[in-house]
Amino acid sequence: MARSEAFHILTANDLLAGDAVFLAEGGWSRDHRLARVARTPDEAKALEITGAAEKAARRIVDPYLVEVSIDANGLPVPVRYRERLRTLGPSVRLDLGKQAALRANSLL
Amino acid sequence: MYCYDEFDQQFVQDRVNQFRGQVERHLAGTLSEEEFRPLRLMNGLYLQLHAYMLRVAIPYGTLSARQMRALADIAETYDRGYGHFTTRQNIQYNWPRLYDVPDILQELAAVEMHAIQTSGNCIRNITADPFSGVAADEVEDPRPTAELLRQWSSLHPEFSFLPRKFKIAVTGCQDDRAAIAVHDIGLRIVRNEAGDIGYEIWAGGGQGRTPMIAKKLRAFVPKSALLAYLEAMMRVYNLYGRRDNKYKARIKILVHEIGIDEYARRVEKEFTALDPNSIAADAEEIARIEAYFAPPAYDRLPARSAALDNAKKSDPAFAAWVAVNVRAHKVPGYAIATVSLKPIGGVPGDATADQMRLLADIAERYGLDELRVTIEQNIVLPQVKQDDLYAVWKLLASAYLATTNAGLITDIVSCPGLDYCALATARSIPVAQAISRRFGDPERQREIGPLAIKISGCINACGHHHVGHIGILGLEKAGEESYQITLGGDPSENAALGERLGPGLTAEQTVDTIERLVEVYLANRLSGETFVAAYRRLGHDRFKEALHAVA
Ligand code: SF4
Repeated sequence: MARSEAFHILTANDLLAGDAVFLAEGGWSRDHRLARVARTPDEAKALEITGAAEKAARRIVDPYLVEVSIDANGLPVPVRYRERLRTLGPSVRLDLGKQAALRANSLL
Repeated sequence: MYCYDEFDQQFVQDRVNQFRGQVERHLAGTLSEEEFRPLRLMNGLYLQLHAYMLRVAIPYGTLSARQMRALADIAETYDRGYGHFTTRQNIQYNWPRLYDVPDILQELAAVEMHAIQTSGNCIRNITADPFSGVAADEVEDPRPTAELLRQWSSLHPEFSFLPRKFKIAVTGCQDDRAAIAVHDIGLRIVRNEAGDIGYEIWAGGGQGRTPMIAKKLRAFVPKSALLAYLEAMMRVYNLYGRRDNKYKARIKILVHEIGIDEYARRVEKEFTALDPNSIAADAEEIARIEAYFAPPAYDRLPARSAALDNAKKSDPAFAAWVAVNVRAHKVPGYAIATVSLKPIGGVPGDATADQMRLLADIAERYGLDELRVTIEQNIVLPQVKQDDLYAVWKLLASAYLATTNAGLITDIVSCPGLDYCALATARSIPVAQAISRRFGDPERQREIGPLAIKISGCINACGHHHVGHIGILGLEKAGEESYQITLGGDPSENAALGERLGPGLTAEQTVDTIERLVEVYLANRLSGETFVAAYRRLGHDRFKEALHAVA
């Protein structure tokens, strides 16, 4: 259950590729910074309903809400370390996962 | 090495075809996610933190060069160029895509491999002593037994839906390199007073959230009765093992709750009621399996190799590697070499496709085509001529595979932890890397001597922390990673579970604490006394003081 004052984004894994993905405005994105942010419990509930429908449509698997805070640039950052790691990739292989592209574009 | 017969090959091929069909039906929408999930798990395909993960079984940790090369090709073609060798002698790929998995399974089938029963509540990959067939003190090679059990347990209709997963390990030696005491069933091949070969049977060991050391169930079961006896053990567990709570469903809880004597009584009753002849494999089949593991054609060589002696004299780095990573072979002139997958600061158990290929080449050229995966996440070349060791070492060194640390403090076992694993509560690999760097100096490591550090990223204990001389368990405390140290664990024939040292520490404090613990040991050890022996003599409290110095 989403805490009433907390913000959330919806994450899942892409069914075919397995990558961690985030629900953005136009569909699923591999970049969590584009994710749609739910600012109320009702908005979070709406994300969950979308997640269940997307799972039934076999686009993604294992959808769940991730609690985020909003950084200075207005972008969502997961609160738990586990979820932050999921937006980046293995901390022991910076050449792999999402962080690889972010690094290449000097965004990290 | 075992070779699939027509039946084995067809069985694996059928499974590949079946899974290909299941993936297609899932993508087409005729199999829902709920229906597909158990099917993918039955083929070793998990969903992890960043991606899918495919766990491939390496039966009793034994590989030929051809198989190792196939593992390398898969890593390169379908994954990100590397694989992770696990504490269950398996390999895991961290980035496969669902649509590639049927092709991966097809490539595995072509080299007589698969991912069947690497997940789920069934009998998992049978593990065995990595020195099987070459250890000097072996009563009998455990691989034919392990292979027999692999065939018996593969898709065994009665044991495909057990209360929980089930792990069996086999050794043929008194020195236990297979950790039989922390398996659901542990088998040791022994000789009885009459000189007959049979099995000493241990039951109810395990790690995870409720670690237990196995209890001896029977001192001797004749070879011919093995399958019937195991069948009886499995039946009693299948019937009485708890299904109401998955944390209490392993056989260790049953044995603990009813006691080993009551479990033994029920097993004996079941065993007596069984018709052993209807279960035992026929003698012809056993002979067929054993023939595959007949000793290779060894050359007649002197016990001491002059070439080896000379190379050691001229190259101290090589001499150090031989002293630490090479063990005596049962045949004069041969040696068992451990290839460390623990370069200083590296990821324990990871190997690149190129490294795997080099290992395959070396095995083919210098190692009678044999490779083994160890439960310490290293690779063993079990059949190397002493004369060839120097050449082998130079090749290994060219690919960062010649780290001189087998059994030493930087030979750290680590599960993937939060860097990859969806169940993790903390990272384990970075802690391993930090300890490895701290103790990276070769002289210092050898001065410290045998010391096994084992790290798990959650209570499931895949990193075997309960049986680490120093164990480290990663937890999450208030959103932060926190590490708990245990001391005095031992996976060997002197099996013991580690005792908790104190409250949770940060990763940095953990490394500092280990340094203090090592100082306590060095300051107090008797000549020739290992860390774990000193721990047993000095007692837990002496080491506990070390913690206060840091926290
Ligand atoms: S011990 Fe936990 S974190 Fe480590 S691999 Fe096992 S389940 Fe994952």
